[in-house]
Amino acid sequence: MAGARPAPRWLPAAAALLWACCGSAATDGIQDQAEQFFRSGHTNNWAVLVCTSRFWFNYRHVANTLSVYRSVKRLGIPDSHIVLMLADDMACNPRNPKPATVFSHKNMELNVYGDDVEVDYRSYEVTVENFLRVLTGRIPPSTPRSKRLLSDDRSNILIYMTGHGGNGFLKFQDSEEITNVELADAFEQMWQKRRYNELLFIIDTCQGASMYERFYSPNIMALASSQVGEDSLSHQPDLGIGVHLMDRYTFYVLEFLEEIHPASQTNMNDLFQVCPRSLCVSTPGHRTDLFHRDPQNVLITDFFGSVRKVEITTQTVALDPNLVGLETRVPNDEMATEPLKYAEQLPVAQIIHQKPKQKDWHPPGGFILGLWALIIMVFFKTYGIKHMKYIF
Amino acid sequence: MAGAGAAVLGLLLLLGSPGGSTGPPRDSLREELLLSPLPSGDLAATFQFRARWDSELHREGVSHYRLFPKALGQLISKYLVRELHLSLTQGFWRTRTWGQPYLQAPAGAELWVWFQDSVTDVDKAWKELSNILSGIFCASLNFIDSTNTVTPTASFKPLGLANVTDHHLLRYAVLPREVVCTENLTPWKKLLPCGSKAGLAVLLKAERLFHSSYHSQAVHIRPICRDASCLSVSWELRQTLTVVFDTFSVGQGKRDWSLFKMFSRTVTEACPLASESKIYVDISSKTQENELLEVTPLPLSVHEAPVQGDRRTYAVYDLLSPSLFNVSRSLNVQLKWKRPQDSLDLSTPVLHAQRYVSGYGLQTGEISTLIYNTHPYRAFPVILLETVPWYLRLYVHTLVITTKGKENKPSYIHYQPAQDRRRPHLLEMLIQLPANSVTKITIQFERALLKWTEYTPDPNHGFYVSPSVLSALVPSVIAMKAEDAEQNPLFTSLFPSSDGSSYFVRLYTEPLLVNLPTPDFSMPYNVICLTCTVVAVCYGSFYNLLTRTFHVEEPSRGGLAKRLANIIRKVRGVPPL
Repeated sequence: MAGARPAPRWLPAAAALLWACCGSAATDGIQDQAEQFFRSGHTNNWAVLVCTSRFWFNYRHVANTLSVYRSVKRLGIPDSHIVLMLADDMACNPRNPKPATVFSHKNMELNVYGDDVEVDYRSYEVTVENFLRVLTGRIPPSTPRSKRLLSDDRSNILIYMTGHGGNGFLKFQDSEEITNVELADAFEQMWQKRRYNELLFIIDTCQGASMYERFYSPNIMALASSQVGEDSLSHQPDLGIGVHLMDRYTFYVLEFLEEIHPASQTNMNDLFQVCPRSLCVSTPGHRTDLFHRDPQNVLITDFFGSVRKVEITTQTVALDPNLVGLETRVPNDEMATEPLKYAEQLPVAQIIHQKPKQKDWHPPGGFILGLWALIIMVFFKTYGIKHMKYIF
Repeated sequence: MAGAGAAVLGLLLLLGSPGGSTGPPRDSLREELLLSPLPSGDLAATFQFRARWDSELHREGVSHYRLFPKALGQLISKYLVRELHLSLTQGFWRTRTWGQPYLQAPAGAELWVWFQDSVTDVDKAWKELSNILSGIFCASLNFIDSTNTVTPTASFKPLGLANVTDHHLLRYAVLPREVVCTENLTPWKKLLPCGSKAGLAVLLKAERLFHSSYHSQAVHIRPICRDASCLSVSWELRQTLTVVFDTFSVGQGKRDWSLFKMFSRTVTEACPLASESKIYVDISSKTQENELLEVTPLPLSVHEAPVQGDRRTYAVYDLLSPSLFNVSRSLNVQLKWKRPQDSLDLSTPVLHAQRYVSGYGLQTGEISTLIYNTHPYRAFPVILLETVPWYLRLYVHTLVITTKGKENKPSYIHYQPAQDRRRPHLLEMLIQLPANSVTKITIQFERALLKWTEYTPDPNHGFYVSPSVLSALVPSVIAMKAEDAEQNPLFTSLFPSSDGSSYFVRLYTEPLLVNLPTPDFSMPYNVICLTCTVVAVCYGSFYNLLTRTFHVEEPSRGGLAKRLANIIRKVRGVPPL
């Protein structure tokens, strides 16, 4: 690093003069510093978006997840940092009258599927086991990078789940459930391994508030679309497609997020009020006691966007002048001695006269050996050992 | 100051000579689009993007990738792959009505790989390769395991250069249940050097491509001859996308086509990185008298080629020639039919096949395959490869092959029975098809009962049997010379042709959907409820009878006043009324 110029001698004296004159300005400086302390210290953002329902009549759950995916991508989180799990394919479903589209507003106004979607876990891969493995990081070694949640202790993670649920559980694909205790334990494992800095958990199912009741790890904020004992309702059907397109809570969250841009200063308190009872029919709930910051100071883009802090420096960096001399000389390829040829696609004579593959000889297994040992033992027990000489 | 100046100079030198130290670029890109009207009135559009790299990928230290995508290049060198073919298809190619396809793919996902002979553990490399490909292409290829992988012994010979064809280096798997949608198209488009921003790839919009009868996208990687002497090896990556647009859903019943109508876009320029960028339109329906098909704008040149046993004529639009965009900035190729439809000759293809499952009930069934040879006087052999999952237990003693009423004994049979939960059935046969005949192959099977955890979340949909593969050398009417592959259009050089009198074709039949006997999945819950109720009612009643004592209770006489009086009397300690 190039050395900084030494500070001029008169700087401390000027600072002292400024300090003496403007005392109120100094207190504002302390206020700023204090606020800086309470601003989030995250450096990267991740999102795990899960839709757990299968079958065409659950179109709205896929539309819910895709609308959050769309907002999150629009606000800056790249595909490499989003783990999208969709339990069924609605866009290319044979029942879809407009293939490769998933709409969120009726009259086909907004296609949330888009043109560059990347789904990481599809169809039968969306299981409780895979979901918990993604969260805790315990995945088989050959899993590709796009299917992993590679977060660290300075990551803010947004987890959105939608589907059918009940008091204390969420149903995965009509065949298994995840309970709120399992989810809370998974988050605790994440905390112990320092896999998140702050976590925002949003759930849009019936009785969604029961899913965040059991959380006990720090730095988690949770939102749900309905309280225990209430059902989350769907918004509006489209008569052309024939199913309900979105759930109410996520519909109003989507409308709220459409107005957010990467530089907006909207905070979490606005998200808590996004769907009053008159619009949503159910009572959305939230939980902030595990979160160390005041929701007023938490920006929406802390979780939904990927806002990076940029520091501008005026230092100069000198390039190594010796780099020019390094040439990459392409080594000559080996030449074969005789011309290579393509294989014959259907060599009939060769196939007909192909010798059948010799099956590898295995020694007889335990059962056969045991049976023979039994037969020999019985024979010698009956007739005595002296008959051995007649055999050999 | 001097150090900074030298650094700036060095930077300029480095930027000023991009290729000076490395020589001319050794990779090239060709892109082409083939529009062929099908006999049934639909239109097939085949895109091919070929990146060819004159380099040895298995050598250590390859780090500079230009047109060849780095994701696939690193995959090939790490897993010592010699050939890789992956296709994702939605729909089925109807050979009887649409004619012979250039390169057909089975419904779902198909992956077949030839490894180099220096690979020690082929199965492990196969498993890891399919996992990595599932991440690259957003497809569930990680479901490929030993229960759906087979090693064919006679089909799927390598399409590229090969001196060793030891079949234990080959692995083949099909996932017929795989859905193809925009999330598979997105990474496929990202592998193209120009992406979807320039060239022919701007036409690839998902909303139009998936609103079609057949959509197939594939990636083929193989080593090819670098030049005519064939002493050194180049690597070729072909990305093909075939889509068939339906007259009625897209064309609104009219048989006039245009690029804008099909793709809702037109072509404005060629990809700047491509050395060749052409659009071919099949105008073979011209007869001597007058034209059946009119193509606008007028093509600058016409190309004739023997393709699949037939001499066909193509109108060529070269996007790199400057005169093409003189009139208008965008190119919208339009096809208009002059004559009505019934005057079109519908020739049946020489080889086509059909497969279906028959039987009743949930215990047994029968798979029948019908293979048609419509050539009037030539017979030719065909290899049939069938892969049946282990839960449909085939009975090979019921295998019957009949042609024209008589039994037809195959010249070569390879059968590998299934092992439960470990390996599927593999049946490979070389059958001679007599001229102008129908061959019927039937085999009976029995359905197995799976363990209740092995069922998918929607078991009543049914279980798929992967399509069977037919590989044949079909005799052609005209001589097909093996010309110099570099000058020819890409669609003629898919399969290496060695013999001039026949061409190689690979067909796939339909996948089958078979219902397995499924249990009632709510039974564990029902049993628990019923058992607990019965136990509570019976045992509870007995327990109460045995352990409780009963005594008579005074019936309470009514009347509010009396009750109040009794309460006061109780308080006073006086016996009640």
